[in-house]
Amino acid sequence: MKMNGAQAVVTILEKHGTDVIFGYPGTAISPFYDELLKSSIKHILVRYEQGAVHAASGYAKTTDKVGVCVATSGPGATNLITGIATAYMDSVPIVAITGQVLSSQLGKDVFQEADITGATAPFCKHNYLVKDVSKLPKIINEAFILASTGRPGPVLIDIPMDILKGEVDYVDEFIFNIPGYQYQFLLNNEKIIKACEAINKAKKPLIIAGGGIISSGSKEILHKISKEFSIPVTYTLMAKGCLDDTYDLNLGMLGSHGTIAANKAVSQCDVLLVAGGRVGDRSMSNSSGVYSKKTVIHIDIDPAEMGKNISVDIGLHGDAKEILNAIYGKLKIVKRDKWFEDKKPVEKLDSKFVISKGCVDPKDVLTCIASLSDSDAIYTTEVGQNQIWAANLIELLTSNKFVTSGGMGTMGYGLPASVGCKVGNQDKQVIAIEGDGSLQMSLQELGTIMQEGLDIKIVLFNNSSLGMVRELQTLKYDKRYSGVCLKSNPDFIKLFSSYGFAGSRLTNKENIEEQVKKMLSYKGTYLLECVVDEDNPTIYR
Amino acid sequence: MEQKHTISVLVENHAGVLSRVAGLFSRRGFNIDSLAVGETRNPEISRITIVVNGDDYTVDQVSKQLNKLVDVIKIKILVDNEFVGRELLLLKVKASAKQRAEIIQLVDIFRANIVDVSKDTITVEISADQDKIKAITGLLEPFGILETVRTGLVAIQRGVECVE
Repeated sequence: MKMNGAQAVVTILEKHGTDVIFGYPGTAISPFYDELLKSSIKHILVRYEQGAVHAASGYAKTTDKVGVCVATSGPGATNLITGIATAYMDSVPIVAITGQVLSSQLGKDVFQEADITGATAPFCKHNYLVKDVSKLPKIINEAFILASTGRPGPVLIDIPMDILKGEVDYVDEFIFNIPGYQYQFLLNNEKIIKACEAINKAKKPLIIAGGGIISSGSKEILHKISKEFSIPVTYTLMAKGCLDDTYDLNLGMLGSHGTIAANKAVSQCDVLLVAGGRVGDRSMSNSSGVYSKKTVIHIDIDPAEMGKNISVDIGLHGDAKEILNAIYGKLKIVKRDKWFEDKKPVEKLDSKFVISKGCVDPKDVLTCIASLSDSDAIYTTEVGQNQIWAANLIELLTSNKFVTSGGMGTMGYGLPASVGCKVGNQDKQVIAIEGDGSLQMSLQELGTIMQEGLDIKIVLFNNSSLGMVRELQTLKYDKRYSGVCLKSNPDFIKLFSSYGFAGSRLTNKENIEEQVKKMLSYKGTYLLECVVDEDNPTIYR
Repeated sequence: MEQKHTISVLVENHAGVLSRVAGLFSRRGFNIDSLAVGETRNPEISRITIVVNGDDYTVDQVSKQLNKLVDVIKIKILVDNEFVGRELLLLKVKASAKQRAEIIQLVDIFRANIVDVSKDTITVEISADQDKIKAITGLLEPFGILETVRTGLVAIQRGVECVE
């Protein structure tokens, strides 16, 4: 069937089940926007292109779909970069489509031209600059498969305007053939047997669950292995929600901001099964030499992660779910003495900080929200103290979802991500945990929330400072506070009300429950501004 | 232990592949000693020969990270002494009429070729391994080398083994 390039793009998006895209138009991408009018695909107009990627990321993480975002050439495309890099670090399946100047003008520095394939090469799983309209359908199809298979990640397609307008003979049949790309792996039975023998012999086995547990849908099998064979589990930030936080063998998050129980268990275990995690530097440091005396088994879909950050004794390459299922069948019930200490329940955690008058303790707010919110509520966080408080103080169920920027640590991620979460899950509560610094990095997306009539519960921890950096300066720079003061914050309640959102301010403990209930029962976007002491630490022990 | 490793990489012959490969080296902090690229018999596939300096961990990571590039079809780390490796050198040396004979003699010993002669210069071509290239350059140095240009190493396995 003859059609133009833009029509072919829309057709393939529909074919891959895309029902919503996040974007921002411009000259070069106009032919695509024109075709979009004829499609049932919903377009969400963000207020800044970076928000489009973050929203697509939130959407992808909370649906089983690839997130799609669109921008125009030049600045539209370059504004996507931080979002693409964020998705790349956290392995989120995203297809980003950018308009480009006419292919005859490429390289001539014409208006709104930028080499976006060159610029995003380090942050993309793959990218394309389309120079031949006949290849466009194949490329768009490939992009979806590349983004969503193997280790997921962002794929960018840069399409010159003349290619979008050019005619293509569209055939609705695709053969996926990239000789250098494989995404189905045979399990190595020998290694799986070896791994199971090591676990069966272990006196102190431990599982570290990484983000791959969430993306491969392995929560259930992880729980079965842990429960039936009495193996405790700790998780990385990307895997929060892999097990109920109240489950007795869940030792909580590990790493520099993790629980004591988890970090002790990591150093004391004799067999360590890392499942679907890359063991980033925030989770475990390699310098301590604690790994030399234990057997490390590493499951990862990306072979390049094996041995990259810690040395591995048995590397199991492939899909975490398949491998865990295979392991499950070969494990034996072994009587072991209890060797690890239990995680301290959240209600017993204490920051040892005396809350000043007019402020609330983030712990009291978060525990209240966790107890009153729906069991399938979706949480998003920003980056900073709010993220650590959320990770440590919200007790999640496996039915919840936790959406955060882990690897890249991108401030301004949470609010646009919550847009994507809500758009993809209209029937679920979406609770955005914010800090006053991060919120103001993507503040403009309030316009998107308003325009789309979304119902997002925004919990803002306002300490009028960049709390995480300030805390670092308290601890490591002898309280020499440099560039962390945000004393000229706006009145957020008034600001939100100009967008038509309700809100209230929490300044004392007594009102927490009442205000949280009010927020959760309110129909529409609501701001709960929690005034927090600037010296309130992240560490609750 | 740091040492040189020679890696053969088959890639799809697309625009931008070389920049992806080179970019990967710079952003992951790997040191490239040399890089040579050319088409294979199949015009859709190019072959890159990379010499990288590093320890076993580095080479393992280089190979795994290269493998992640969608355009990379195959990677083979060549085992020392089990491949033939050659670089091409073009060398322009000052040569007065008096010195010409002596230079020609050296060129013959090295089984190199003379590809250009002028009133004052001789241009020598040699395809050899790095040691031999170093040796001939050293011997011609006293005559006054004006300019040299070298390709990166290209390498092929000995015997029946093939990368393609």
